[in-house]
Amino acid sequence: MTTTEQNIDQILIPILEKVSDPEIPVLSIMDMGVVRSAVIENNIVKVEITPTYSGCPAMDVIGDDIKVALKKAGYESKIDLILHPAWTTDWITPRGRKALEDYGIAAPLNAEADKDVLLNGKRLVKCTNCGSTNTRLVSQFGSTACKAQFQCDDCQEPFDYFKCLK
Amino acid sequence: MKNENLYNYILGIADNSLILGQRLGELTGHGPSLETDIACTNISLDLFGQVRSYFQYAAKIAGDERTEDDIAMLRKEREYKNVLLVEQPNTNFAYTLGRQFLFDVYHLAFLKELQKSADLTLSAIANKCIKEVSYHERFSSDWVKRLGDGTEESRAKMQEAINDLWTYTDELFHQTEADKTMVAEGIGVDVTKLKEAYYKNVSDLLLESTLEVPESKYFQKGGKQGIHTEHLGYLLSDLQYMQRTYPNMEW
Repeated sequence: MTTTEQNIDQILIPILEKVSDPEIPVLSIMDMGVVRSAVIENNIVKVEITPTYSGCPAMDVIGDDIKVALKKAGYESKIDLILHPAWTTDWITPRGRKALEDYGIAAPLNAEADKDVLLNGKRLVKCTNCGSTNTRLVSQFGSTACKAQFQCDDCQEPFDYFKCLK
Repeated sequence: MKNENLYNYILGIADNSLILGQRLGELTGHGPSLETDIACTNISLDLFGQVRSYFQYAAKIAGDERTEDDIAMLRKEREYKNVLLVEQPNTNFAYTLGRQFLFDVYHLAFLKELQKSADLTLSAIANKCIKEVSYHERFSSDWVKRLGDGTEESRAKMQEAINDLWTYTDELFHQTEADKTMVAEGIGVDVTKLKEAYYKNVSDLLLESTLEVPESKYFQKGGKQGIHTEHLGYLLSDLQYMQRTYPNMEW
């Protein structure tokens, strides 16, 4: 297994897909890319999850939610929090990115464009309401550790942008 | 304890983040604007998250009944190893951001080196933290520029903050006994080697911000040995209040 690959037992995928990020309920933890491995060993499911941000308060809840979901499916489980390899926004799946956008959170740009919008005032983030890129940064930090605040200058909608983490 | 040097080394790193995180947390609901308030507390949350990773590891090394919470909440003032810089108060927004900038530039350079540590847990933590700290450094640098190259008043305040805090910067590059042992084992970062680049980077940004680089060669030290400025005691009484008043309470 290379460092960025996931090792997840096929049979567990439908169960884990039903667990969502408590702060972004439309987003499954599988689409978020925080589940790094889930394997059945001696009737116990061993799950490894990795935090998006070190201080992310959602991690404890996600761990508990996984336990409950697996229990309902008839499995006991053990959850471990791992730090390596460190989570990156590249692990959010295309379906996850769409779910974010539908929910009103602009999905992360690539690292270079991210720097341009957060530091150099470039207008590249697409408004989640009207689709215009005539948007500006309001604050580099937003309602949770992973987001920045933006506003659209065409439709005036304020919205969150999921910062690129690489 | 089997590896006391490693334990002390981890505390030396983590205490900086803990105390700075607590200082920034004081701004919850008190920031100069909603956005900066949220930014400072977001940075605080990142730092506390990092502290948890370090303290969980330290508790494992201690190998007794000590938990991450005990390490964070139940030590006495003299047992905290943070540098004096991070315990300085939020005198005004220029001090808060000046302090943040002077620490972030160091923090980022330090984590870059810690990623190469022979200790795999420390290198994994560094690898995680560095992504967050890059954002902190951008934020604080940006504000030093905005205030430095801003109005006459904002420039004067930023300059005053930098001048006052400058005296605490040299300590960042002092080595403790635990440092020396850990450097020799390929685990720790040789902070003395970060000094030159640090002052160059900081000076470049100050000049870009139309600020003057302080020339004072008088520096304060002691934090790494547990000898703190008077400010730390007050901060700790806030930080430790719940654990001291209701021992063993948990969320």
